[in-house]
Amino acid sequence: MPKDSGIGASTKRREDIRFLTGVGNYTDDINVFGQTHVHFLRADVAHATINSIDIAAAEAMPGVVKIFTGADFEPVGGIPCGWQITDRHGEPMQEPKHPIIAHGKIRHVGEIVAAVVAESLTQARDAAEAIELGLTELPAVVNMKDALKGGATKVHDELTSNLCYDWGFVEENKDATDAAIKGAAHVTTLELVNNRLVANPMEPRVALGEYSRADDMHTLHTTSQNPHVIRLLMGAFVLGIPEHKLRVVAPDVGGGFGTKIFHYAEEAFCTFAAKAVNRPVKWTSTRSEAFMSDAHGRDHVTKIELALDADNNFVALRTDTHANMGAYLSTFASSVPTWLHGTLMAGNYKTPNIYVNVKAVFTNTVPVDAYRGAGRPEATFQIERVIDKAARELGVDPIALRRQNFVTEFPYATPVAVEYDTGDYEATMAKLEEMADFGGFAARRAASEKAGKWRGLGVNCYIEACGIAPSNLVGQLGARAGLYDAATVRVNATGSISVMVGAHSHGQGHETSFPQVISEMIGIPEDQIDIVHGDTSKIPFGMGTYGSRSLAVCGSAMVRAAEKVINKAKKIAAHLLEASDADIELKDGQFSVAGTDKSVAWGDVTLAAYVPHNYPLEDIEPGLEETAFYDPANFTYPAGAYACEVEVDPETGKVTIERFAAADDFGNVINPMIVSGQVHGGIAQGVGQALLENCAYDEDGQLVSASYMDYAMPRADDLPFYQVDHSCQTPCTHNPLGVKGCGEAGAIGSPPSVVNAVIDALQSGGKDVAHIDMPLTPSRVWGAMQG
Amino acid sequence: MTQVSMTLNGKAVTGDVEGRTLLVDFLREDLRMTGTHVGCDTSQCGACVVHVNGEAVKSCTMFAAEAEGAEVATIEGAANADGSLNVIQQAFQDHHGLQCGFCTPGMVMSAAALLKDNPKPTEAEVRTYLEGNICRCTGYHNIVKAIMAASGQDVSAIAAE
Repeated sequence: MPKDSGIGASTKRREDIRFLTGVGNYTDDINVFGQTHVHFLRADVAHATINSIDIAAAEAMPGVVKIFTGADFEPVGGIPCGWQITDRHGEPMQEPKHPIIAHGKIRHVGEIVAAVVAESLTQARDAAEAIELGLTELPAVVNMKDALKGGATKVHDELTSNLCYDWGFVEENKDATDAAIKGAAHVTTLELVNNRLVANPMEPRVALGEYSRADDMHTLHTTSQNPHVIRLLMGAFVLGIPEHKLRVVAPDVGGGFGTKIFHYAEEAFCTFAAKAVNRPVKWTSTRSEAFMSDAHGRDHVTKIELALDADNNFVALRTDTHANMGAYLSTFASSVPTWLHGTLMAGNYKTPNIYVNVKAVFTNTVPVDAYRGAGRPEATFQIERVIDKAARELGVDPIALRRQNFVTEFPYATPVAVEYDTGDYEATMAKLEEMADFGGFAARRAASEKAGKWRGLGVNCYIEACGIAPSNLVGQLGARAGLYDAATVRVNATGSISVMVGAHSHGQGHETSFPQVISEMIGIPEDQIDIVHGDTSKIPFGMGTYGSRSLAVCGSAMVRAAEKVINKAKKIAAHLLEASDADIELKDGQFSVAGTDKSVAWGDVTLAAYVPHNYPLEDIEPGLEETAFYDPANFTYPAGAYACEVEVDPETGKVTIERFAAADDFGNVINPMIVSGQVHGGIAQGVGQALLENCAYDEDGQLVSASYMDYAMPRADDLPFYQVDHSCQTPCTHNPLGVKGCGEAGAIGSPPSVVNAVIDALQSGGKDVAHIDMPLTPSRVWGAMQG
Repeated sequence: MTQVSMTLNGKAVTGDVEGRTLLVDFLREDLRMTGTHVGCDTSQCGACVVHVNGEAVKSCTMFAAEAEGAEVATIEGAANADGSLNVIQQAFQDHHGLQCGFCTPGMVMSAAALLKDNPKPTEAEVRTYLEGNICRCTGYHNIVKAIMAASGQDVSAIAAE
């Protein structure tokens, strides 16, 4: 019987009520007294020297309060990068200044050149049109390989070249890997592109800065996944505002997918300008601005080689990747192609020798940073595509080849510096076989052929690393932040509970799932427990939500804080029951003395804590509130197996997804309904990457896919119903809930199976196509079919 | 500025607007009805869908002045008279048809227009109808399921939660 509450129950989401009735509180819904509006004048060329900015005419326009240019921001810091990479030669990465407003030079289309603050948004827009820019256009650097050629135009004059870093991982593995490849019975080589994407949460970014002269207090309302990270980066590194004088609030946030992790120029601008004009300053991004100012994702160009012995065992894997950083280093840009990518190159397989080389490159494009999966989709795509290609070259079953090489014993230390604590890759593959009905594929293919279509089946596995940690390790690897999280469990006098969490919910349903855990621990109804998040003035210092970390890291902090609360409550109960603490048991909201019928209710104990008349004041303090910070011992390693069936229209090259199945191992699951929803959304984004989405630049650095007319978002009629399952559960061994994280799996696990399926379909139609780069649009597939 | 008057969720409203003021901006900024959202600037995403004289309309595609005298319905007026969720809203909650909630008002208003014209749509008809509503969170699975459930169809056989 499915549970109806607590851990494992598909509790309906409480947050849905406000969203379904139109009373959510998104940042753009907030207007404050005296508010002004800012419109950013953005660069429409990719690379230019700024010779002059004439704002005189614009300043005289109606409603203009003040116009800012790069010169106004010279005294403040640039936007910091949160992760320093050390290259193969022991040198730190090249790290150019990232200004709030371009000063002296424009480096990508969409970069802010001037900011007009006016009484109304339309006045600000009108005035921006009167600003005269004197520019000298420079050649744009767009293609990464061209950017690294001798004599290439430099994006940053002060750097030695456009190379940010040349990273080798693990450098000590290089010679052994080279030798193993040289001596292998078979080597499969694949060159591929992991296409540049735009995260596109449906809510565009918004920033509203306020300043109070009364107490020298700054407040920023912003669309962020991690308000404390923004407070730290913006306060300490950009604007020099002490943290106790800066409050950052991220209320309801309409999706993030990574792109709302980062600290952006617009946030710093609105905070800075609110003090400068002594009025609140609000910015709401248009979708067109979002395309040219939200950090993009992916954009890797890779050559991968997989070496096998005569028995088809994997003996070595070597990859050479160029990773586009764009024009500046966004907050976590440098970590994505390195520590979030290189460490996952073992995949689900016991390949003994692995060497990863990544060259990160500056170009005249929008900065690239983490997007759902961040590094792990790029790793998975390479591994799972090259395995499929190897199977085809060797004439063996691609699933059997995977199974033969699975890691089967845990813990497993990979050659790329991580240790998988637990997993069962055979179990998810067996579950997938059952769900996806591989046995019925031949009949479905025959039916498709009869209808004039080619049908293909593609399978892949994936592993990801979530809840990146521990802090002392990531610090050694270059992280400039800790990666713990925090929770405060505040029990009120009458027994209800507020839990203040560092994690941020922007679609994940924390307001529903986190109380399920507390309810299970204490035995009081879920509706007696509320989650508070998204406001630095209310919550403990937590690192926010990304990398599928909320439950594994912040949920663990919440459990630790709740354990402290329960331990203290047991002492109070022991006093009230005149028993020893060690004999007190808590079940269903009742404290009882073991082996007796003496008990006291949760609410009586909590009331005693706040009205401590009959209370052991000499031993314990009044009140019932505890905070815990949790720093994980290791990553968690969700894994799974995915299958996609496609039909290809031989006349047009159009691909349709006919079936999609996902068997995931997320460890223990708190709310299965929410977990399934996370997988559905991830799959849609992965299918989007595989078939539809592409962020495209022309050779001059013009962004040619800057609206929903040009950037193909997945729509309802592009996708089928999915089969998802998470009944294979190998609980994480090192966090108190045994959970692993589920937010990114769908986006990581789905692109290779889609491409594998299309290749399979084309092969079945007699087309000897080995690879097509994503997105597999009709024109690309048709083109490949023509040879 | 011109004065515009309309009926919003059954109540008379009036305001002064510029000729270029979009209906969605009038609703959000002048009337402070912020349930209707803006997710794009090319009339593609559908987060701003409202009903004008009973028809689903993208309120970013219409000037406020064009709604003079019209009956306008938004998500804020969608619930039952007693404040409980209507059948479509309830189906969205029951079937986890929303995550971040930003596209949701447009989805619910579009779904209501679909079911008015086509009380028992097939899966394909639902998907085709939603072509103008983009959701980035759900992969549409539970939205399609919720709309079919709201139409009274048995969705228990549809794969997974």
